[in-house]
Amino acid sequence: SDQNFLARYWPASEMVGNTIHWFRKGLRLHDNPSLKESIRGADTLRCVYILDPWFAGSSNVGISRWRFLLQCLEDLDTSLRKLNSRLFVIRGQPTDVFPRLFQEWQTSQLSYEYDSEPFGKERDAAIQKLASEAGVEVTVKVSHTLYDLDKIIELNGGQSPLTYKRFQALISHMDAVESPAEIITAEVMRKCATPISDDHDDKFAVPSLEELGFETEGLATAVWPGGETEALTRLERHLERKAWVANFERPRMNANSLLASPTGLSPYLRFGCLSCRLFYFKLTDLYRKVKKNSSPPLSLYGQLLWREFFYTTATNNPRFDKMEGNPVCVQIPWDRNPEALAKWAEGRTGFPWIDAIMTQLRQEGWIHHLARHAVACFLTRGDLWISWEEGMKVFEELLLDADWSVNAGSWMWLSCSSFFQQFFHCYCPVGFGRRTDPNGDYIRRYLPILKAFPAKYIFDPWNAPESVQKAAKCVIGMHYPKPMVHHTEASRLNIQRMTQIYQQLSCYRGLGLLATVPANPNNGGNGVGTSPEEIQHEAVAQAGKDPLHPPRFLGCPYHSKTCIFQRVGLKDMLGHVFFFNQIELVL
Amino acid sequence: MKKYEDACSSSSEGPTESCKKVRKLQPNLCEFGFDWALLPQEILLNIFQFLPLLDRAYASQVCRGWNQAFHMPELWRCFEFELNQPASSYLKATHPELIKQIIKRHSNHLQYVSFKVDSSTESAEAACDILSQLVNCSLKTLGLISTARPSFMELPKSHFISALTVVFVNSKSLSSLKIDDTPVDDPSLKVLVANNSDTLRMLKMSSCPHVSPAGILCVADQCHGLRELALNYHLLSDELLLALSSEKHVHLEHLRIDVVSENPGQHFHTIRKSSWDAMLRHSPKFNLVMYFFLYEDEFGPFFREEVPITHLYFGRSVSKDVLGRVGVHCPRLVELVVCANGLRPLDEELIRIAKRCTQLSAIGLGECEVSCSAFVEFVKMCGRRLSQLSIMEEVLIPDHKYNLDEIHWEVSKHLGRVWFPDMMPTW
Repeated sequence: SDQNFLARYWPASEMVGNTIHWFRKGLRLHDNPSLKESIRGADTLRCVYILDPWFAGSSNVGISRWRFLLQCLEDLDTSLRKLNSRLFVIRGQPTDVFPRLFQEWQTSQLSYEYDSEPFGKERDAAIQKLASEAGVEVTVKVSHTLYDLDKIIELNGGQSPLTYKRFQALISHMDAVESPAEIITAEVMRKCATPISDDHDDKFAVPSLEELGFETEGLATAVWPGGETEALTRLERHLERKAWVANFERPRMNANSLLASPTGLSPYLRFGCLSCRLFYFKLTDLYRKVKKNSSPPLSLYGQLLWREFFYTTATNNPRFDKMEGNPVCVQIPWDRNPEALAKWAEGRTGFPWIDAIMTQLRQEGWIHHLARHAVACFLTRGDLWISWEEGMKVFEELLLDADWSVNAGSWMWLSCSSFFQQFFHCYCPVGFGRRTDPNGDYIRRYLPILKAFPAKYIFDPWNAPESVQKAAKCVIGMHYPKPMVHHTEASRLNIQRMTQIYQQLSCYRGLGLLATVPANPNNGGNGVGTSPEEIQHEAVAQAGKDPLHPPRFLGCPYHSKTCIFQRVGLKDMLGHVFFFNQIELVL
Repeated sequence: MKKYEDACSSSSEGPTESCKKVRKLQPNLCEFGFDWALLPQEILLNIFQFLPLLDRAYASQVCRGWNQAFHMPELWRCFEFELNQPASSYLKATHPELIKQIIKRHSNHLQYVSFKVDSSTESAEAACDILSQLVNCSLKTLGLISTARPSFMELPKSHFISALTVVFVNSKSLSSLKIDDTPVDDPSLKVLVANNSDTLRMLKMSSCPHVSPAGILCVADQCHGLRELALNYHLLSDELLLALSSEKHVHLEHLRIDVVSENPGQHFHTIRKSSWDAMLRHSPKFNLVMYFFLYEDEFGPFFREEVPITHLYFGRSVSKDVLGRVGVHCPRLVELVVCANGLRPLDEELIRIAKRCTQLSAIGLGECEVSCSAFVEFVKMCGRRLSQLSIMEEVLIPDHKYNLDEIHWEVSKHLGRVWFPDMMPTW
């Protein structure tokens, strides 16, 4: 038992430092400053992962994500074994589990990586309260994001930036990213030990998918195997490839980009198997080495900064994943259509490009970002006019790298529900696919039923003559569905809808399509000042203290407490009737 | 919602007992000794006009005076009926009780009315139901807006037409009419014209498949005050343009045309240059807005001769060739939006547009490709007249002269303001 263990190594009179490190994300031993800090001065360490028993069944997480998580936990356990430690997987809810653990293990310290998401902050506040009640010291460090997000918000006058450009400008004025913490080694552990009971595996082992209630018969091997070991291997490969190509520009999209890459890192960043800061520094070092240039452009970190941006916009907004009551989201009259949604989610739209993407997503758990744009556009503002919240839920279930902030933010962006996005360009479910993959190999790979169609018709097989369909042994309407919408008609209608909505928002009275999207008041039209003074100046102006810079238009979110979109939006008609042209704006 | 019922059912004949009592016991004095109940109706009206409907309804329950103010005709000139069903929409609908009260007490006050319906047939039917009851209305503005799928099209045509003609016949002073995506037909347009030809100024009827060119010609012939017209290309004819340019006709201000392909390989008729010339002579400042939703190979009849387009939108992929023709034949172009083009750079075409379309002030490019140097050249040629420059980041192809990080400075320099391309998350 623990008591015997402790008694053996420490005299009863000495205070024993028993620490618990709580893994949630940050499933790694490298760059884990909260873990490192809690080991310092501790006599015992127990790393726990808390598995909510109701989570598996009812929550919106599919088998791929569970498998990835379990593989991460196995990997952690393996790495901890090498340090004479183990991972403790505990079933239950944190608020129930921790008081029990504090008591049983005589805990003096609890550590975990900072979670910036609103739900996470709430949960952690509750745990901190329990900890202080039990006399447990809490150590929290930022390591899931490059920066302390609150500092970015502070630099922006206390508000989250609403455009990516603004965010980039703020980033360029932040202090340098903190270096990743040293990896936990036996040396780091020093005298800190983990009491492991004989029945550890019975009580605390990482469960299997079957134990969680999943059917695993026929499950293909994971295209994206989880775990820190895999993540670090991929990082090396990723950097090797970049060094070899010696080109840090945005890669041109081709058919191959659609397929899962052995150097892809996004799921590992999401679960925290890979530290974003490690990635950042390695990328920087490589750039400096190859380009013999000391200052890499911001675009080098594109992937990381987008992630950071969405975390920043979400952290203070508990309704970030909803349309209603979300101050940054445009209220759009999306259609409620469960039947159409199911066709999209299950890859039965009748558009091979869309269906192949959704099939890859369901089978593998990852799709290229342009593929995401294509299916998101199709579901929302492009064709089906279904709410982005529905799409977000499907991605939450299937997509390995979709965490709350990034998933919700991306969906709002792609459906033009926020972030002052122009909505005019619509990804054609036939043309876009055809231009990306002219040969149609991607379609053939994920929709084998269409394998025998010639490239000419594989993106719009309903246009193929009957003879071609028969030869391909796939008759549209029988073996493969007919297209569920008429794209031209749908996009015509939808561009009208979006125009209607945005004209009301910006009270725009002209004829142009581009000017309907309101200019972001803290974005200076199309861009933003880049000197620190300018940024501070704008921040002050936004706070309404500077009479020389009145708000650029009515409803600036930083002047009123209520959201820009709700004040001028659909609900607030004031009996006005808008007719979208100069004559008819009746007040 | 009870508050609407209370607000609407309060009697206006003499104070109630409890109201009298309250008055005696507690005059509504503020610290300056002013009785709020004595606030003049005109001021109340002014204030009420700023309140959203719900807040107004709450206010109307404060006392009889405010309740009377709530029902003043001036507050009921404009109304937007939001008709949604929970099964098909996430948004709330106008309360049925409120609708009843409006029809009962305020239908003769209504002047500017719109209906927003979701994709369910039920909502469209509810709209028709209300329309048929607007017998005492003298509407100036009527808008039928489908916010998702066009549910008006799913109604039995006769049902819709009879509801609509109630308004046409009774209003007699319709000025603005928005009936896109509805089953309106030629006979109903005749009824519209017979009753409202003197007052009609705006007619928006894109995608009304039951109307024929003759039907719309009738409108143009009779409604000489028409300033704004929106319709589909199949309704456009030389005769229509000539009718709109006749001496009796006022200057046309906006003409919007949707060119929509229903099936690949569809054939489109041409409009003679002389008809466009006549339009321009008659209405030199008119705006011609055209939205094209065609397959690439259907553009044959278009942009072969000069056409006075001011706002041009390509909703599907459009070829380099067509964009080249746009540069040559659209000297009045003010805004150009290209949804997609393909993977061959539009360098020459853009430069030609910069040169020849001297009024161009807004451009948007989606899935296209332009080399960075050509793009900088384009911006340099247009200069500061470009107030809207919306280019997706993927459009710009770095070349020997500029890479992506440098281009925004160059472009910003020529525009005279800070500019960045539009971005999409690369997560």
